[in-house]
Amino acid sequence: MLKFVSLLLALSFCQGLQHNNIDDYVEAEPVFEASKYGSLWPLPQKVQISEVSFKLTSSSFRIVDAKASSAGPSCSLLQSAYRRYYEYMFGSAKKQWWSKNNRRSDPSDLSELQVWITSPDSECDGYPSVTSDESYELTVNQPVAVLKAPKVWGALHGLETFSQLVFEDEYGAKSINAAIINDFPRFQHRGILLDSSRHFLPIKVILANLVAVIHCSQGAYHPYTHVYTPADVKMVIEFARLRGIRVIPEFDTPGHTQSWGKGQKDLLTPCYSGSKPSGSFGPVNPILNTTYDFMAQFFTEISTVFPDGYVHLGGDEVDFTCWKSNPDIQKFMEQQHFGDDYRKLESFYIQKLLDIVTSTKKGYLIWQEVFDNGVKLKPDTVVHVWIGGGSDKEMSSVTAAGYTTILSAPWYLDYISYGQDWQKYYKVEPLNFEGTDEQKKLVIGGEACLWGEYVDATNLTPRLWPRASAVAERLWSAKDVTDIGDAFNRLSLHRCRMVERGIPAEPLFSSYCPHEYKGV
Amino acid sequence: MSVVTSGRYTFPSYNLVFFIFLQLGLHSVEGVWPLPQSITSSPERYPLNPQAFYFTYGSQSAAQEGCSVLDEAFKRYFSLIFPDYSSGYGFLRFSVDKPFTVQVSVGRDDCDSYPDEDSSEQYTLSVSAGQASLKAETVWGALRGLETFSQLVYQEDFGSYYVNKTEIKDFPRFQFRGILLDTSRHYLPVQAILKTLDAMAFSKFNVFHWHIVDDPSFPYQSRTFPDLSAKGAFHPMTHIYTQSDVGRVISFARMRGIRVLPEFDSPGHTQSWGKGQSDLLTPCYSGSSPSGTFGPVNPILPSTYKFMATLFKEVSSVFPDSYIHLGGDEVNFSCWKSNPDVRAFMLKMGFGADFTKLEAYYMENIVNITVALNRTSIVWQDVFDYHERHTSLSVVEVWREGCYLCEVRRVVKAGLRVILASPWYLDQPGPTHNWARYYTVWPLAFKGTEEQKKLVIGGEVCMWGEYVDATNLTPRLWPRASAAAERLWSDEKQTSDVDKAFPRLQDFRCELLRRGIQAEPLFVGHCKHEYQGV
Repeated sequence: MLKFVSLLLALSFCQGLQHNNIDDYVEAEPVFEASKYGSLWPLPQKVQISEVSFKLTSSSFRIVDAKASSAGPSCSLLQSAYRRYYEYMFGSAKKQWWSKNNRRSDPSDLSELQVWITSPDSECDGYPSVTSDESYELTVNQPVAVLKAPKVWGALHGLETFSQLVFEDEYGAKSINAAIINDFPRFQHRGILLDSSRHFLPIKVILANLVAVIHCSQGAYHPYTHVYTPADVKMVIEFARLRGIRVIPEFDTPGHTQSWGKGQKDLLTPCYSGSKPSGSFGPVNPILNTTYDFMAQFFTEISTVFPDGYVHLGGDEVDFTCWKSNPDIQKFMEQQHFGDDYRKLESFYIQKLLDIVTSTKKGYLIWQEVFDNGVKLKPDTVVHVWIGGGSDKEMSSVTAAGYTTILSAPWYLDYISYGQDWQKYYKVEPLNFEGTDEQKKLVIGGEACLWGEYVDATNLTPRLWPRASAVAERLWSAKDVTDIGDAFNRLSLHRCRMVERGIPAEPLFSSYCPHEYKGV
Repeated sequence: MSVVTSGRYTFPSYNLVFFIFLQLGLHSVEGVWPLPQSITSSPERYPLNPQAFYFTYGSQSAAQEGCSVLDEAFKRYFSLIFPDYSSGYGFLRFSVDKPFTVQVSVGRDDCDSYPDEDSSEQYTLSVSAGQASLKAETVWGALRGLETFSQLVYQEDFGSYYVNKTEIKDFPRFQFRGILLDTSRHYLPVQAILKTLDAMAFSKFNVFHWHIVDDPSFPYQSRTFPDLSAKGAFHPMTHIYTQSDVGRVISFARMRGIRVLPEFDSPGHTQSWGKGQSDLLTPCYSGSSPSGTFGPVNPILPSTYKFMATLFKEVSSVFPDSYIHLGGDEVNFSCWKSNPDVRAFMLKMGFGADFTKLEAYYMENIVNITVALNRTSIVWQDVFDYHERHTSLSVVEVWREGCYLCEVRRVVKAGLRVILASPWYLDQPGPTHNWARYYTVWPLAFKGTEEQKKLVIGGEVCMWGEYVDATNLTPRLWPRASAAAERLWSDEKQTSDVDKAFPRLQDFRCELLRRGIQAEPLFVGHCKHEYQGV
């Protein structure tokens, strides 16, 4: 019998800050110690790990459907997850044929993980949604381990947790400790925003990061794109679905649309210089019927391509100067009695857009400015808070107005600084704003954002991981999981696990992984 | 400029070429990074056909076929110049193109030597119809010229390769252009080091400063003291550099005209040394008894110097470079202060309570060891700052922030040579993404005589390892290190404008991607060949 902690000591964190005069990040140097929770990340809601351990043998260990499970062999989502996790735990298909016959099953072996979907509808062929049940219960004991979940989405998270419990003992044998885990996410919406507009991201880069997303039990994935073929998009969506990840497309209007104008004539507002068009273009032109015809057609198509119940409509950072310069728009402002208040014009546009999107039976997310500008919103609008500085006040007022909200302000991962900035992301408490319990229930989660000015396929993965993992734990685990030291110990191991699974997640501090990244 | 042509029927391809020039400016005369000292080129251009393209040795050249450095470089640059061409494809195409020959001539047959501090890197390159003539004093200069030639060749949308008529006369502004990698705080697989050496050659860097050991781990496997890595490495089998690994790095670097400068930093930054060599580190005291922890190298024991002499003897036989970096930075005196034996030694030596004198005493002994081995020593600036007498020192590396030019001035006034690192700490990514701060560095902007300025022998990009390993090394290093490379190679007057440099650096970054180096973006934009690996 081995204690869980034995192998974890293999990692060591050493001190020394040579030649680095750090101005902004003076902190105690981290020293690695094994956590009693091993390498679990994000930490499950309830965990009991015993010191009793069992061996797992690659030749005999199986992940199987429990007899009573409502999902059977025809559930390809689970079958492919079984194989994926088997390979994460044992490496790909190295069959030990020579040991198969002459090795007797040992009483200290764990031979099976049974996966039991308990509700009549497993949702195996569906898409995850904002209301999906992601809970699961995992019992590791002899002779079999049992993973119970109402839906496949919880089972996927449970498989990840099971794989994180498996460790290599000092002889290289795979082992697992007896454990009882009861788990569910604190927030429903746990997202990552990738920006594929500022730099094009090849599909396989997106796919690789979806793999990494599931290692962190993130729930929603939010690419910012309209440059991929429908086949590409379909592939991303299916890849994500198999991992329990939602794909929410963002089509940001009326600002941030310069690239739209290249493919759609008359969509953008012609800017004027004095009394003549200057040749340049501003935001979407809100005064033409053709604009709304285009948008109706466009969003109808989008609603068929993206199965998720939500579309992100953007609405951030609209620059009014071009609208102001255009005489037709000035005239329209007069007709509508908007005076000089261009926010009213924006509101007019958004209102019509929201009607269009509602007619496609989609819910929608919008950036906070749309709310700030007093645009009339439907009660089920989700407001995405992103502006740093004062975001707690914003959360208060958005929820006081009764809107559901998602927080991103503290999690702009494209900002870089020297030192362990993951701690900054980890220390955020999303509900730390003034408001009633009812208001706090309106916060459905958060998103880590990685905008693309300085990020493309060359540096995306190490910049995202493991920093986004810090956000993942904040959004999944219980509110009182705030011990930075314990988080450091678990995250260090989680990072090495990502590296072993082929994700080049960057280091937290001076240290090593048993298997360093070799993909150079 | 005008695209109006005299005749009604013009060559359509000519217009197309012009269009590309105007639209993208991709292959303007400045398409070489770092910028050569003197370059003139004309719109006259010559097609290159990979099946009729040859490197040859000039008949007057001192090096001829069989010269390992150039033979290998010809192969390497052929694939860099024609990335789409695979010789194994095997279909024969009737070619109307005339052959194009790059003729290389060098003045000295130094094919089997190592590049050194005095190696000339100057070259001239003349590209005309059907041939290019590359002349250099040494093979190292020829390597720089081949790199330049490879950057002059461009590929058009339909896949054809071209080079324009060009005359170049080029030489480096500074002799020492280095990159430091730290393999102690994180172990870098040999493959990651080799890849960095490849990318260094693309930016004409010529020194790999290998900060091979430090507090966290001792990955160098010593022939004489195998316990140092057996006990001091992160892992004694997988996280070490064997003698053959080191040999491979040195020979890979030599092929690219890059020196390998080893650093064995002491007396501080040596925690990992103590694990495999007992009595080397100073036992710290808590009150009157040893606390069980250890401080810097113990400077009062003769066994220390015996050990160091043996170790450095090995180092000087393994690493052929004439320089050795001795470190000497950031020594924490509190452990020395706590130790009664050290205090007694201080009294005996008449050092009073001034522990900088003890450090100076230690460093002087270490420097003397390397002098006896016929090696030039480099030390971090701390050692210069501690020393009252500077006679034993020779090269000082300036690394601290603040007025680093003030320090440079002090060092050259003392008649010592300087390597500047302060402005190029690339392991610190923030607070902004601005690459220009590594470009707008003026290493000689201090008051001093011409003679004093000549003592600034170069600069170095530092990539410390607290937050860097193989997962993020390459995008963190490139293309920002290339900004420093141009500062160290090119003429300062011609390269002082950031706005002019920006589009050139963007093109160069795309070229790095094309060559498989995952250089990160400078800003919004795209490359024709994006990075595909993940």
